[in-house]
Amino acid sequence: MASIAAPLERAGAPASTGLVSSTLTITRRAALRYVRTPQLIVMASVQMSLFFLIYRYMFSGAMRSVGVPYVDYLAPGFIATGILFSGIGAAVAMADDVHDGYIDRLRSLPIPRSSVLTARAIADTAILGLAAAVTAAIAYAVGFRLHGSIAAGLAAFGLMLVFGFAFEWVFITLGLLAGNSQAAQAMGMIVFPFAFISSAYIPVSTMPGWLQAFANHQPLTPMIDTIRALTLGPRADAVVGHPAGHYLAPSLIWAAAILAVAVPVAVARYRRG
Amino acid sequence: MKVTIEAQGLEKRFGKTAALAGLDLLAESGQVTAVLGPNGAGKTTFVRAVATLLRLDGGTLRVAGHDVQTDASSVRSLIGLAGQFAAVEGAMSGRENLEMVARLYGQNRRTAKASAASVLEQLGLTEPADRLVRTYSGGMKRRLDLGASLVGAPRLLLLDEPTTGLDPRSRIELWDAIRALVEAGTDVLLTTQYLDEADQLAGRIAIIDHGRTIAAGTPVDLKRTVGGDVVEVHARRQDQLAAVAEALARLDEGTPQIDEATRRVTVGVARRDGLLTAMHSLQSAEVEIDDIALRQPTLDEVFLALTGHRADTEDRAAQKHAA
Repeated sequence: MASIAAPLERAGAPASTGLVSSTLTITRRAALRYVRTPQLIVMASVQMSLFFLIYRYMFSGAMRSVGVPYVDYLAPGFIATGILFSGIGAAVAMADDVHDGYIDRLRSLPIPRSSVLTARAIADTAILGLAAAVTAAIAYAVGFRLHGSIAAGLAAFGLMLVFGFAFEWVFITLGLLAGNSQAAQAMGMIVFPFAFISSAYIPVSTMPGWLQAFANHQPLTPMIDTIRALTLGPRADAVVGHPAGHYLAPSLIWAAAILAVAVPVAVARYRRG
Repeated sequence: MKVTIEAQGLEKRFGKTAALAGLDLLAESGQVTAVLGPNGAGKTTFVRAVATLLRLDGGTLRVAGHDVQTDASSVRSLIGLAGQFAAVEGAMSGRENLEMVARLYGQNRRTAKASAASVLEQLGLTEPADRLVRTYSGGMKRRLDLGASLVGAPRLLLLDEPTTGLDPRSRIELWDAIRALVEAGTDVLLTTQYLDEADQLAGRIAIIDHGRTIAAGTPVDLKRTVGGDVVEVHARRQDQLAAVAEALARLDEGTPQIDEATRRVTVGVARRDGLLTAMHSLQSAEVEIDDIALRQPTLDEVFLALTGHRADTEDRAAQKHAA
């Protein structure tokens, strides 16, 4: 091995790196990890597209009564459930980092405590956005059309990212608690009732009474309805019963509540080690 | 003498288990301080406490004068941590990994590039530096992990069992790198299960067990406790073990220990021609043997000498490794 030179002089006072700088650096790492692992992207995209196509073609006959072509009803709901399903990936990635000692290294560095978790949330929301964009493209290819304005469509996409950001913190906490990827995967199964017992794939009113109760009181339903109403534009009233504005307030309140609980729990867990 | 680590009465409990039960340690600057102990002794817990990764339940711990509980951020800017796992990102290149950590230490882009390049050269990783780390061998990943702990030019390097799972050659290369670092002015705290590793690298060794320091001193001091080196004889037949032990007892050195299961007898010898005299003794007793060797004492044997009981059955692996 080459002979060792003297350690480099540290420029200036002992550093504590800023929040923005360290968050960006760590976000970059998470993004690179995703982008440079083609299996991740391909697997996620293939799975998502496959399920979308299955629902769209298999159920369209039975779902004639929604008031618009089923693909127009399905697409916003399906894309919104990406919030939950891509979250499992985020929990697994977090659990892997804990297990591999990567989190230990980050915690031993002179960076603000919140930068690591914030970076994770930002990166995973970006990945969610990417997945959603891919699904939207596929949906468009098989007949999905916006009934409202493009601006409304973009607002829908943006809101999905906002809701997704809130949920990421729940998955970050799950990942920290799980400790390894298998446990995180198993804990991730909890998303299924939230994804299916919601307005994602079918109108809630068509469900049995006891399932309706759950669907009507869980956060994902108003969020999906907001997004759906925005994409339906003038048809919103007829299909979902109300314009987007009606669902927006409860969705944002849910998102705020989720953040208010999940963020402190995640930070506390991260600090404890 | 400057003090790098000052630990007094450290306590840490996980549920009902006391990982640290009143641990004291003093690490001086300018050398490698080794913390030696079997699995479960508290080595990793201690390193994590120094790295500000956990909250202590009791005691005081200072790194270069800064308290880890009240002044953690100062401690973090002074230390570099390399654990048992290679905590590096596989989807980035070696260089990208090091530049990233350098940036997180507060270095600007240019300084980070320079630090990374320097460390890569120090560790012989310049050639594969721009390949993705997932293509690296296990030894290379470990070296890169060490590099990540160095790139911030730390005052104190924390190495938690750094050679676990490495092949003999990588192990020696890592030892060389550590020695060179100390020569260049970095203080090192090293934890290990292997007495030979502590012996090779450390200026001072602290032996811990069940969360407490049971002995501390220079390698020479500690080996003297055992009585120097160990002569190990592999008897040809089970019924000859007693005769072997008798022949070795005649050397007037340590008390021969018989291991029936492996058909071996060991005895500590302080004299330099211990192996030769052992062979003479066995020859004059006309005892036939399969094998005889002179080796370093194992952690197990040091424990036996210090505490009267063996360290851990898992130390069998360490014994084979040291032999």
